[in-house]
Amino acid sequence: MIEAIEVRKQFSGREIIHGVSALFESGKTNLIIGKSGSGKTVLLKTLVGLYGADSGDILYHGRSLKSLSQQQRHSLRQEIGMLFQGSALIDSLTVEENVMFPLDMFTDMSHDERRRRARACLDRVNIQSEAYKLFSSEISGGMQKRVAIARAIALKPRYLFCDEPNSGLDPLTASVIDRLIFDITKEFNITTIINTHDMNSVMSIGEHIIYIDSGNKEWEGSRETILEADVATLKEFLSPLSNALSHKA
Amino acid sequence: MVRSFFFHLGRYVLFLRQMFRRPEKWSIFGRRIVVEIEKLGVDSLGIVVVISLFVGAVITIQTATNLENPFIPRYSVGTASRESILLEFSSTIVCLILAGKIGSNISSEIGTMRITEQIDALEIMGVNSVGYLVSPKVIAMIVSVPILVIFSMFIGIVGGWMSGGYTGLVPSDDYIHGIQVAFRPYYVTYSLVKSTLFAFVISTVASYWGFYVKGGALEVGRASTKTVVTSSIVILIINLLITQIWLN
Repeated sequence: MIEAIEVRKQFSGREIIHGVSALFESGKTNLIIGKSGSGKTVLLKTLVGLYGADSGDILYHGRSLKSLSQQQRHSLRQEIGMLFQGSALIDSLTVEENVMFPLDMFTDMSHDERRRRARACLDRVNIQSEAYKLFSSEISGGMQKRVAIARAIALKPRYLFCDEPNSGLDPLTASVIDRLIFDITKEFNITTIINTHDMNSVMSIGEHIIYIDSGNKEWEGSRETILEADVATLKEFLSPLSNALSHKA
Repeated sequence: MVRSFFFHLGRYVLFLRQMFRRPEKWSIFGRRIVVEIEKLGVDSLGIVVVISLFVGAVITIQTATNLENPFIPRYSVGTASRESILLEFSSTIVCLILAGKIGSNISSEIGTMRITEQIDALEIMGVNSVGYLVSPKVIAMIVSVPILVIFSMFIGIVGGWMSGGYTGLVPSDDYIHGIQVAFRPYYVTYSLVKSTLFAFVISTVASYWGFYVKGGALEVGRASTKTVVTSSIVILIINLLITQIWLN
């Protein structure tokens, strides 16, 4: 469980996040949605600790991010997996080495054990063995995302952050990635926070959704209630989906 | 401009501090150093050999044509060429060339990792990204550059001997005698100390500019340019200071 309490973040004197509070529960896919430029990525990177919050607090199962020592923060980081928008695989390493990387750095497992664990993770995200020795530039965008998920779960994280996991993917591959994240969240009881503006993701895996507009939390709910939301900007944001549904009806 | 200078200086010092943190795993750190030695050092050998051979040849021809005086013995061409190569060319000029080749390589590599969020990914995993990415490069450079400089000295002197003999400006025996006259091993030490410092400057300045890239591919290119300009200027200043302090 992750709790954001009145989180504020500014850059060069301009406040981007204006006191956002939210509770992200374990075993649920928590979505942060909003238009491009609404502050989703800044909020996500602040929650994960890549940006320090200017005020407010972030609690990881009650552990306050700002009061953690360097060592404690270091340990916490090993409980976090993150899927970046562009996958962020280390391009000098092969697919298998990328997944083994966190295991190499932070475990005392033997080489064979690390390799077995990496292959199990790759297998979990349906990466075939033929791809193990390829570099990230040699595989497709969808495969890169799946490898990045495998790397993120290699250390069995308690928290998973996904920044626009579907960007640049075709709808079919995007739904495969969504389903994978959803299943992994349930399987390992992870606290998953996903940044997205993909309506399909919202409707298929949005168990808990917060809507951000201009750095403010404007609405909170689930996929079941989102279409009844009474927020003008959210209605506008959802209009393509509403139009499609009414057209279908 | 003054404010910007102190801003970057302060941030550079903090950046260096992160570099000296204990690595997460010594075995991985060791492997990374070996990889970087191959990438930064061994792969630069070719260009160092070619440049040293030609510049050594040119120095000898120029020295010989400027010392055409019956009162000056021919072997002094070998002596003068040796001094130019040992004192200045092989340490300073070769390092300026390496600042272009290796510096821009390091800067663009780390800059690309920054804009593609690979550095963020390392940080999220709990890896000290500066320690993991930069420290092995700095150590590899400190190990490799003095060796490259020794190669350059040797090849430069050989280039001079070849050009002197080929053009007939300096007979081979005179040249070989000349390069041994009044030889001071101390000059080699001076050159190697200089080049070690330059290696540190090239690798850390390049890593610094790459590490703090913001934006896209255009900024990565700008960071490479800043690397070459900054490290060249710092090398020239350090060269002047060391020469003044050490040789004067």
